[in-house]
Amino acid sequence: MTYLLLMRKNLFRHKLRTSLMIMSIFTAFAIFGVLASIERSVNAGQDIAAADRLVVVNKISFTQPLPIAYVDRVRAIQGVQQVTHVNWFGGYYQDPKNFLVALAVDPASYMQVYGNELDIPSDARQSFIRERTGALVGEVMAKRWGWKVGDHVTIANNIYVQRNGSRSWDFDIVGIFKGKKPEVDTNYMIFQYDYFDATRAFGQGQIGWMVLKTASPALNDQIARTIDQTFANSAYETSTDTEKALNKAFVAQFGNIRLIMLLVIGAAFVTILMIVGNTLMMSVRERTREIGVLKSLGFPPGRILRLILGEAILLALIGGVQGLAWAALFIVSVRDSVRGLLPQIPISPDVALVGLALMLGFGIVTGLIPALNAMRLRVGAALGRS
Amino acid sequence: MLTDTATARLVGLSKCFVKGKEPIVVFDRLDLVIPQGDFVAVMGPSGSGKTTLLNLLGGLDAPESGEVHVGGTRIDRLGEGQLARWRGANIGFIFQFYNLMPMLTAGQNVELPLLLTKLRAKQRRRYAETALEVVGLAERINHYPREMSGGQQQRVAIARAIVTDPSLLLCDEPTGDLDRHSADEILRLLKSLNRDLGKTIVMVTHDPAAARYARRTLHLDKGRFIEKLELAA
Repeated sequence: MTYLLLMRKNLFRHKLRTSLMIMSIFTAFAIFGVLASIERSVNAGQDIAAADRLVVVNKISFTQPLPIAYVDRVRAIQGVQQVTHVNWFGGYYQDPKNFLVALAVDPASYMQVYGNELDIPSDARQSFIRERTGALVGEVMAKRWGWKVGDHVTIANNIYVQRNGSRSWDFDIVGIFKGKKPEVDTNYMIFQYDYFDATRAFGQGQIGWMVLKTASPALNDQIARTIDQTFANSAYETSTDTEKALNKAFVAQFGNIRLIMLLVIGAAFVTILMIVGNTLMMSVRERTREIGVLKSLGFPPGRILRLILGEAILLALIGGVQGLAWAALFIVSVRDSVRGLLPQIPISPDVALVGLALMLGFGIVTGLIPALNAMRLRVGAALGRS
Repeated sequence: MLTDTATARLVGLSKCFVKGKEPIVVFDRLDLVIPQGDFVAVMGPSGSGKTTLLNLLGGLDAPESGEVHVGGTRIDRLGEGQLARWRGANIGFIFQFYNLMPMLTAGQNVELPLLLTKLRAKQRRRYAETALEVVGLAERINHYPREMSGGQQQRVAIARAIVTDPSLLLCDEPTGDLDRHSADEILRLLKSLNRDLGKTIVMVTHDPAAARYARRTLHLDKGRFIEKLELAA
C-alpha cells in the first residue's frame, strides 16, 4: 500500500466517470499536441534561419522577379561573402494533387550558402554542378516518391512552359541530400538554373530572389541598407532583410497562427477544465465521510490536500500523456499526406515538455478547490458525528 | 503510545453547540478520569453528549473551556496538524458503520494509518497481517469490504484501529449495526484487547448487553454523569 496506490484506487472507484474525465483530458491534450506541432512546423523556418543570411526580394512582392545581373552587383558589396539565387518552380509529380517544391538554383553558390544545413555527398555535388538536367532531391521527398540516384523523373508544371510548348520537365536524380539538423526541411528538390532559364518560354534572365551570407551578423543592417540603396529608383527595387524576418513575414501572411492556435487550445482547455474540475468536486464531496475517516486516523490537513491534488494530477497525466501520444501517432500518420502544405511537422520534445507542464497545471487547477475543501473539512462534521 | 497512568482526564470541560440561533450546552464544567487499562461503556439517551465526549477525547472537537488531557498531553491546545499526528500515534477509532475504504482490500485498509509512519512497505504489510491475525481475519487480507459480512468488516476496522498500537480505543456504537452473534464476537474481541493487550477503551453504546462487557458504565444525561461507577458483571 502506497500513496500512489491510494490515489489510483480513489481515482478509479467509479470507472465510467473516471474514463469519461480521462477522455476529456485526452481530447484537450490531443488537440494541443497536434496544433502545437503544426504551429512549430509553420514557424520552423524562423527557428532554423541562419543569423548571417540575408534575403533580397523584389520590393513589390517576393513573387516578383529580379534581374540576374543583380547577383554580381550584390556580390561586389563590401561584407558580402557569398551570394546565390533561387527561382520558385513548384510543379507536380504524375498527378496535379501531388504538389511538390522544386527550386531552380545556381548549384555551386547554393551549396556554399546552405553548406551548413544540407548534407550533400561529394560525388553528388560534382554531378549536380556538371549535369545540366541533374537534380538533388531531399531525403524526405525521395522517400515519399521512392526515388533514388540515377532515376529519371518528369515533373509537370502549370506555370512554366518550355519553349517547345511542353509542360513536362525531365530531371536526372544525381544525389539525395539530408538535413544536418532534424528540423531542416528536406521535402524539396533543386535543379540547375541554367537548364531552367535556357528551356523556359518566358522570363529569361530573371531570378526569384537572392540569398547571401555576410561576414558577420553585425553587418546585416548596413549591408541590407546598401543593397536596397543600390537598386533604389530602378525598375526592380529590392527589399533586403534577414532570412528569419522574411520567413516571419511569409508566415504572417496567413494571419497570427500562434494566436489562432492559442485560442483554439485555450477554448478546449477551459471547457474541459470546468468539466473535470466540477466532476472532481462532486467526487470529493461524495467522499466526505472517508476524508473524515482519514483525518480521524491521523492524516493531517496537508496530507489530505496532497492526496486530492495528487489524484487530480494523476488524472491529468493519464489523460494527457495518452493524448500527446495519440497526437504524435496522428502526426506520423498524416505527415506524408500534408507535406505539400506543411513540409516538416516535428514531434518535438519541447511540445512534450510544455504538455507535461500543462498537465501539472491542469491537475493543480482542477484539484485545488476540492483539495482545499477536503483539507478544511471538520472531521466531526465529515463523520456526521456532531 | 500513551504513558500517563490516567489515560484520559477531563477538567472543568464545557462544550456547547449553536443550532440556529440557540446555543445548546452539552457539557458544563464536566470532570472525568479514565485510568489506564480501563474499559468504559458510556450510555445515555440521544443528545446526552456521548458522541461529543468521544470527539473531545479523540481531539476531533475542541471544548469552549476546560482541559482535555490524554496520555499526558493537553490536546485542547494543539493545532489541527498536531492533533492529527497525535491522533495517528495515540488513538484508535472504531465506528458504528465500520467506515472502511470500499476500494481497498482488508489488508490495505489496515495499512492506511501506517502510511503516516516511517515504516517501509514490507514492514507495513507485516504489521497489517499481524493486526488481522489478532482479530482472526488473516485469511481475508485480500478481500474487499463488499466481500465480507458486517461482523468481519468491523473486525477489519478494529485491526485498523490497533495497527499503530494506540493505548486508547474510542468506539462509537461498534455493535450498533450488527446482529447479536456478531456483536458478541466484536465485544469479546474488545474485551480481549483490553484484558490481554492493556488497551484503554471508551465505548459509546445504547445496548445494555454490550455495556456489560465493559469494566464500568457511565450514564450520561443532559451533559452530566448521573451514575459514575458501575462494576461489570
